[in-house]
Amino acid sequence: MPKPVPTQQLIDSLLRGDRLALARAISCVEDDAKDAAEIVRAVFAHTGKAHFIGITGAPGTGKSTLVSALVESYRASGVTVGVLAVDPTSPFSGGALLGDRVRMTSHSGDAGVFIRSMATRRGAGGLAKASAEAMLLLDAAGFDCVLVETVGAGQAEIEIASVADTVVVVEAPGLGDEVQAIKAGLLEIADIFAVNKADRAGAARTVAALEMMLETGGAAAQSIMHHGQRMETGAAASESDAEGGWSIPVLETVAVSGGGVAQLRDALERHSAWLDESGGRAEREGRRLDHMLQTLVQAEVLARLERGLAPALRGELVELMQRRQIDPYSAAADVIRKLSR
Amino acid sequence: MKQSQIRVLIAKPGLDGHDRGAKVIARALRDAGFEVIYTGIRQTPQMIAAAALQEDVDVVGLSILSGAHMTLCPKVVELLHAQGQEDVLVLLGGIIPDEDAARLKAAGVHAVFGPGTTSAEIISYIRTAMAGA
Repeated sequence: MPKPVPTQQLIDSLLRGDRLALARAISCVEDDAKDAAEIVRAVFAHTGKAHFIGITGAPGTGKSTLVSALVESYRASGVTVGVLAVDPTSPFSGGALLGDRVRMTSHSGDAGVFIRSMATRRGAGGLAKASAEAMLLLDAAGFDCVLVETVGAGQAEIEIASVADTVVVVEAPGLGDEVQAIKAGLLEIADIFAVNKADRAGAARTVAALEMMLETGGAAAQSIMHHGQRMETGAAASESDAEGGWSIPVLETVAVSGGGVAQLRDALERHSAWLDESGGRAEREGRRLDHMLQTLVQAEVLARLERGLAPALRGELVELMQRRQIDPYSAAADVIRKLSR
Repeated sequence: MKQSQIRVLIAKPGLDGHDRGAKVIARALRDAGFEVIYTGIRQTPQMIAAAALQEDVDVVGLSILSGAHMTLCPKVVELLHAQGQEDVLVLLGGIIPDEDAARLKAAGVHAVFGPGTTSAEIISYIRTAMAGA
């Protein structure tokens, strides 16, 4: 059990790059501890420097191994790297098994690397509840580059597009045919595609399917419906990107041996440079901050709602619905009326 | 009383690759509602300490079947203390002779769980320790 450290001391240490202070500050934002707001408030002025890279894709495509290979590449050129590796929280026990470090052990002992595993807790869309806050803390602690590895994503876990500067979508051969490649969702948010395990059979077909999807404008959705609101996504930027000179590359990688990692790193550098030239970086930062704002407000409103919607009231309404004395819509309207009074 | 989520690092220091036990415990702790960070086999004490720090864990669980526990465990404890994590609960599981267990406890290992320990005992030990902290 950590001894309580005075919050101001924690903040000062974090800004000096102290690793234990950083680790404890991340726990504070994860636990939504009472000093979380104070910490974020104090460090916010020191943020805005890091390049945030999202790594997403289906389970088993090799995201963790690719992240590890990228860390190695960045470290070879002296760039400091923070990693946030997100794995799912069990909806049943509230527990989680966070196993991404298993693939990242080679960076232990390197002070220029900080790896933190995060459970999703109540976060949605493939990220943890406090991912964006943890990203800010790594930025404030001085990391040049922050890699955010999402949970093994399905087809629509695209929250990462709201918080990253660059999104790498990792695919692997044999996961689907051309129809999968034209579906909406994950594939629309890529700034870069990495077809990992490219030494396996079928890699060329996967690359071809993705390239065909890109050529036919598959990634050109303007914006999407998310949480009932229109949300600008990486894909929205991709559309303007095409005009602004960013064409989405499809790269082959073999993360486990380091194959193609130099090319991926090069594509990341080019995207970063493009963000600076095109004004894309400011646009994406705006999107990230807007996302944080919405998330924080929604969390507070939801908390109030949960406090207001007592189990007794719910039980009462459920009983009325079961007796067909009230319908679900009217019951909901009833609750809203009571809450807004 | 700890209000926040309990985080546990499960690591296998040293050279034995028998990680079935560690994985079973990791799974049981997950089902008990803890966040378990699993680091895999062949970890040095330095790697374990670095992971414990970055992950800000409350508990470090070490699994050793190789017989090297008298070398590895005190080193992990020493590194944790040196980096300001004196309060982390250090648990050891494996084949540990009684006389070694006594010496390891003197060196800062909080509890030693031998063969036949149920996961319920370990979960209960962690819960009690965290509630008292």
